[in-house]
Amino acid sequence: MRTVQTSQRRYRDRLRHLLSASLMAAALGLPVLSGAAALSAAPALAADQPARGGTMNIIVQPEPPILQLGLNQQGPTQTVGGKIYQGLLTYDKQLKPLPSLAESWDISPDGLTYTFHLHKNVKWHDGQPFTSRDVIFTTTKFLPEVHSRARANFARCESITAPDDYTVVFKLKEPFPSFINAFEVASAPIIPAHLYDANTDYKNNPANATPIGTGPFKFKEWVKGSYIHLVRNDDYYKPGLPYLDDIYFRVIPDAASRALALESGQVDQSQYNDIEPFDVARLKSQPNLNFTTDGYEFVAPVSWLELNNRNAPLNDKRFRQALMYSLDRQFIRDKIWFGLGQVATSPINSHTNNFEPNLPKYTKDVAKAKALLDEMGLKPDANGVRARIRFLVMPYGETWQRLAEYVKVSLKQVGVEVTLENTDVAGWVQKVSNWDYDMTANFTYQYGDAALGVSRTYVSSNIRQGVMFSNTMGYSNPKVDELFASAAKENDPVKRQALYSEVQRILVDDVPVAWLLEMQFPTFVSKKFNNVITTGIGVNESYESVYMTKR
Amino acid sequence: MAGLPRFLAGRLIKAIVILFAIVVINFLLVHAAPGDPAMVMAGEAGAADPKFVEQLRQQFGLDRPLLEQLATYVSHVATGDLGFSYRQQQSVWDLLLARLPATLVLTLTAFVFALVVGIVLGTLAAVRAGSVSDSAITVLALLAYATPIYWVGLMLMLLFSVQLGWLPAFGYETVGGGLSGFARMIDIGEHLLLPALTLGMFYMAVYARMTRASILEVRDMDFVKTARAKGLSHGAVVVRHVLRNAILPVITVAGVQAGHLIGGSILIETVFAWPGLGRLAFEAVLQRDYQVLLGIFFISSVMVIVFNILTDLIYSLVDPRIDLAR
Repeated sequence: MRTVQTSQRRYRDRLRHLLSASLMAAALGLPVLSGAAALSAAPALAADQPARGGTMNIIVQPEPPILQLGLNQQGPTQTVGGKIYQGLLTYDKQLKPLPSLAESWDISPDGLTYTFHLHKNVKWHDGQPFTSRDVIFTTTKFLPEVHSRARANFARCESITAPDDYTVVFKLKEPFPSFINAFEVASAPIIPAHLYDANTDYKNNPANATPIGTGPFKFKEWVKGSYIHLVRNDDYYKPGLPYLDDIYFRVIPDAASRALALESGQVDQSQYNDIEPFDVARLKSQPNLNFTTDGYEFVAPVSWLELNNRNAPLNDKRFRQALMYSLDRQFIRDKIWFGLGQVATSPINSHTNNFEPNLPKYTKDVAKAKALLDEMGLKPDANGVRARIRFLVMPYGETWQRLAEYVKVSLKQVGVEVTLENTDVAGWVQKVSNWDYDMTANFTYQYGDAALGVSRTYVSSNIRQGVMFSNTMGYSNPKVDELFASAAKENDPVKRQALYSEVQRILVDDVPVAWLLEMQFPTFVSKKFNNVITTGIGVNESYESVYMTKR
Repeated sequence: MAGLPRFLAGRLIKAIVILFAIVVINFLLVHAAPGDPAMVMAGEAGAADPKFVEQLRQQFGLDRPLLEQLATYVSHVATGDLGFSYRQQQSVWDLLLARLPATLVLTLTAFVFALVVGIVLGTLAAVRAGSVSDSAITVLALLAYATPIYWVGLMLMLLFSVQLGWLPAFGYETVGGGLSGFARMIDIGEHLLLPALTLGMFYMAVYARMTRASILEVRDMDFVKTARAKGLSHGAVVVRHVLRNAILPVITVAGVQAGHLIGGSILIETVFAWPGLGRLAFEAVLQRDYQVLLGIFFISSVMVIVFNILTDLIYSLVDPRIDLAR
């Protein structure tokens, strides 16, 4: 029987090993190996020889409400569900499509027909064969019912058909070149038709409790509040893969405790917001951990101060520009995010398709900000106050609180008095989606493409009360609407870029929101594991080729 | 003790009235908070649309008038049905029962540790009032009382898990260890040590201070002098006469606090990733998981009431002058 050694015990053994090695070295009069050198030597030797076996412990926070990836797309659900379910495609770090359940695909020259050729020997975790029937069910029935992003994408199809068991043809009503970017595991997870098509009440299907996918890892057990256990799928369609025997996702609710768990070697990986930015520098120097900010190219968020464009004085473009000139965004990046991310120069992240690098830049210029406020007629009163606005603090942790405090101090320098309002996530969503705020902080994922993840924030057709992550600012510019609409259906890449460049220029001048940073998330992975972050969807990948270095 | 059944019947009737009031007030309070579970789930999905939010509201029954929702809820609770968490796709009872053991193990261990160590330290300090050991215990108690338990937890974790590697940093047991029987109990014990110590420390300090103060008050009373005059040994006087009387206020406070331990364990459960009720409550608040939250309020109210009745019973055992029948 395989004996499972806990990481705790391994850590203790390692300490003991290091200690005895040091003592022996000292006795022999040799220079003592540093812990870092001793620990990193082993992985380097074995790195090119992947071998079966090993258990990986990954932090999952917050605990997902459910693992059925079609029904919930929260970050943690994606990280766990991405190992169980698969999409037709995945994307490399430059966002080029890579095969997943589809082994190849063709796009017709007119941009209207997308044909996917599926892998032929794929089985669901319950042994049933995976065929085009599952893809048709997922994209015509299941996802349009439960997954709002997928619904919008597949609504562009005139027809979705399967000429045979291993071919699926999507015919679009009009060209939509971004369509090819909408097939990774969280945007369009393929769901087993045989478990879902009999009962259309998808949200209450008993199968949701025991997710069945096609991925390299199968669901084994979920002890709520403690861990989720996935085990190797021995019938995976790629021979010899995956390498790992199992993966545990460990629920650790406190950020400081998560950092300690990584340090002590009891968990092997953290991602997204698991580690607070101020802890990143300390953990980077840990000899047992690798650090990267790669693997978030597909989500590539831009953060911003969200400004309610309906409320005076925020309804005046000059006031919003003055805000941009009041902020030292390099300071925000260096001191509040401790060097994670880079100053955003456009509404589109530089990792996302159709980013325009040549745009006018905003840098901190108090005089310019004051001049704009003067021009608006906002003169300082007896207390030096020109305007008063409320800042609804984003309740996503300490870093966002610090940001709010920084903004309050910065705006005071130009005579704008900011009152901070605090609430929790539910209250924040309620207030922002119902437009009951002056200013807040926010960010959204861009899904690799302006048409999929950027335009939704700025087009006036997406001003919808009660809907979070829509155009909650109430920004409306007919020219912007028209440019985004034309760009989305422009098949010629050069013309498309020209349209997107123009819309970026207008937005940067209009400042519907005050962009802050192209956000980066820290991922820490134990040096024992190799091949971990390999694509643009990073930690949400299937981990089929992750392997553990044997000591 | 003839009055015991009457006492219990009286308390039971009061308890039912109190519980009813608690259920109604909690229901209204929870619903008064801004945002609802549909909003939270929609927000988490990253790109909600009105159709999705409406579907959720209908499913949760949030589209119906508040009073109707209240009436439905009360009638369900009356039949022992605490509802269903749509968020977690599980009945509230199942969720609570899955988490209750972890919380009971943690809080009872911490409580017993606090009570025993607190009373012993308090007694030692009082017996040698003014000595070095009294000062040491007083300072220790003050420190334990004043230091935030969150910080204490992290420091203990840093020392015993990260630096020394003796104890696990988090969790209820070793996952994937395949342990059973006695080996599993030892494993849970190892995981329990740091959180129980951290949680117990604060209460230990409270009991030590109270015991000390109370003994100092009692030891100069006439009946103690009488006992000494009878020629009883010092130890017998302290244990049988002084402590027995001095301990009444400690029991009162402990009885009230036993019910509070669930609340007190929220921080500890969060820091040590202990899968108990406290954390479930905290997450339910953030997610506006109304049914789960109300279920936890209900369970903890019942526990407070039960502990209060137990406290009264223990009173009458420790001090026969207290007659429950009256």
